[in-house]
Amino acid sequence: MGSEIWVVAEHRGGQLRRPTLEALGAARQLATAAGAAVAAVVLGKNAGGLAAELGTHGAARVLWVDEENLDVYSSGGYTHALTELARAHKPLAIVFAASSQARDFAPRLAARLDTGLLPDCIELGWDAASGRVSAKRFINSGKALATVQVKTSPALVTTRPKAFAPAGADGAGAETVKCDLKVDAAQCYGKVKEYEQPAATKVELTEADVVVSGGRGMKGPAEFAVLEELAQVLGAAIGASRAAVDAGWREHAAQVGQTGKVVTPKLYIACGISGAIQHLVGMTNSKIIVAINKDADAPLMKLADYAVVGDLFQLVPALTQEFKRVLEK
Amino acid sequence: MKIAVCIKQVPDTSAALKVKPDGSGVDTEGLEFVISPYDEYGLEEALRTKEKLATGEVVVVGLGPERVAKALRSGLAMGADRAVHLADAAFDGSDAIATARALAAALKKAGPFDLVWAGKEATDDGMSTVGAALAEFLGIPHASEVKKAELSADKTSITCWSEVEGGTAVVEVKLPAVLTAQKGLNEPRYASLKGIMMAKKKELATYTPADLGLSAEQVGKGGSRSEVLKVEPPPKKQTNTKLIKDLEPDAAAKELVRLLREEAKVI
Ligand SMILES: Cc1cc2nc3c(=O)[nH]c(=O)nc-3n(C[C@H](O)[C@H](O)[C@H](O)COP(=O)(O)OP(=O)(O)OC[C@H]3O[C@@H](n4cnc5c(N)ncnc54)[C@H](O)[C@@H]3O)c2cc1C
Ligand SMILES: Nc1ncnc2c1ncn2[C@@H]1O[C@H](COP(=O)(O)O)[C@@H](O)[C@H]1O
Repeated sequence: MGSEIWVVAEHRGGQLRRPTLEALGAARQLATAAGAAVAAVVLGKNAGGLAAELGTHGAARVLWVDEENLDVYSSGGYTHALTELARAHKPLAIVFAASSQARDFAPRLAARLDTGLLPDCIELGWDAASGRVSAKRFINSGKALATVQVKTSPALVTTRPKAFAPAGADGAGAETVKCDLKVDAAQCYGKVKEYEQPAATKVELTEADVVVSGGRGMKGPAEFAVLEELAQVLGAAIGASRAAVDAGWREHAAQVGQTGKVVTPKLYIACGISGAIQHLVGMTNSKIIVAINKDADAPLMKLADYAVVGDLFQLVPALTQEFKRVLEK
Repeated sequence: MKIAVCIKQVPDTSAALKVKPDGSGVDTEGLEFVISPYDEYGLEEALRTKEKLATGEVVVVGLGPERVAKALRSGLAMGADRAVHLADAAFDGSDAIATARALAAALKKAGPFDLVWAGKEATDDGMSTVGAALAEFLGIPHASEVKKAELSADKTSITCWSEVEGGTAVVEVKLPAVLTAQKGLNEPRYASLKGIMMAKKKELATYTPADLGLSAEQVGKGGSRSEVLKVEPPPKKQTNTKLIKDLEPDAAAKELVRLLREEAKVI
């Protein structure tokens, strides 16, 4: 079979999560460099249906496990199943999308397999001479970039959302292999009892193509309505500075920055945010940055690709109207 | 309840950083160091649990060079009862998994503990790895990125609310367990003057790998399955800011939308 680069598929409600396609994109690059094949792994119950989709996106093989006790995610169950599979098949590397789920179980897997884990990578590398996987990842909240290598295999790597282009649907289809594997209920510690979903299905901040963020300049919670209207038109997620979160105007889940989330959308629109270093580290790698601020000298206005000077309460509604017009909504 | 809190000392988050010219790492010369912000949430939660139960012990544990003792003293000043410092040159160069292995050994020696807190992520290496790996080495469950935790009435399990993409996951784990702290858990207290005075008299033990029965293949560079090859400054985004000003809101909006579509081509 030769050596393989694995991608562990993340799915919820029978749907592949989009970051998995980005992990597949990264795995395909790495596989090409290493002369390896890409295989995907699906854990769950009745989740074999995802195999075809993974094949279209470039997995040559799909290993899937059909197990009652993997129906609901648990760190214990996933660690056990992947350990068994990795020991039996000896992949060169295992790639996951950097998600809350991967952060939950990948460290356990690395410890149990006694191997190296490189989380939240933005670039993967292969050293043919040593046969080792390396990766680039930001450290110190983006103030430095490290190149890190794993000395053992399988190398465990997670890919930062939006750092890799999702694998296209140009794959030839996969050979599917059902793996017999038992997981005891007792091994499923850390099992999710339930997901409390927010009322409206929101666009996930770290995965959004467009993020509209508000800061202290928003003045209050009700005023975020103007951002919500803009976000609606653009299909954007809503972010916030810490000042807005600490004031209780938005949930912490929306916070962008050092003690919040790192986002790298195609377009980041900051409204009434000054641009403190702790905020910048969370959004500076966005492709295009727009800042809207009364103060032309605010640090974010200097970093932005487009800096609009003025009152956000006049500018944002005007922007919403204009986008509506050009996007014919 | 005996509760341990892992504390990592990291460069102050507002500090500008320089990378060493030889690419070997971040230049720590002259940097201010603080307790990693998420660890403060863990410590605060541990102290509140002890106060609520009106019994128990809180122990802060840190691995790293001599200066780390200061972070541990700060933890003692906030209210922890004693501290454990894994201080030895042999620990240098430990990656996150090797760090977790060493911390697990230290917790076994200083414990046993009913509950262990770590940060969801250290703000320097941003690995988000040590907490869950620590649970693995201790052979106990864990819950990640916890923004709310509730101990069961019989104190044998704890229910945790974790932030996940698009919502909140609820996880119940049996004790002993490791929890990693997310922002939102609480508002950490400041050390009082009295706390700072008392901290000087509290026990601060130091452990070497030998004290923990760990060999050179288990800690430091030799115990690490990953290694840093190079550290460089982040790619500089070249900013060619276009300023849109002195326009009526409608005209400014039109101009911005035009630029985003025709020049930046992002919409
Ligand atoms: C350990 C630590 C961690 C931190 N982590 C984070 C983090 O993760 N994320 C984060 O964001 N911050 C973080 N901070 C806080 C950070 O230092 C700043 O305090 C914060 O980002 C400021 O938020 P702001 O830009 O919304 O507010 P301000 O700095 O007060 O800026 C408000 C801006 O709004 C503009 N404005 C006001 N009214 C209007 C109007 N009508 N129209 C247009 N513009 C207007 C003003 O000109 C000003 O520039 C952290 C700080 C520390 C110490
Ligand atoms: N050297 C260390 N000493 C003590 N605790 C640590 C150390 N490194 C990591 N931790 C703990 O593990 C958490 C996550 O760190 P990391 O996996 O490096 O992002 C930190 O917030 C600490 O609670």
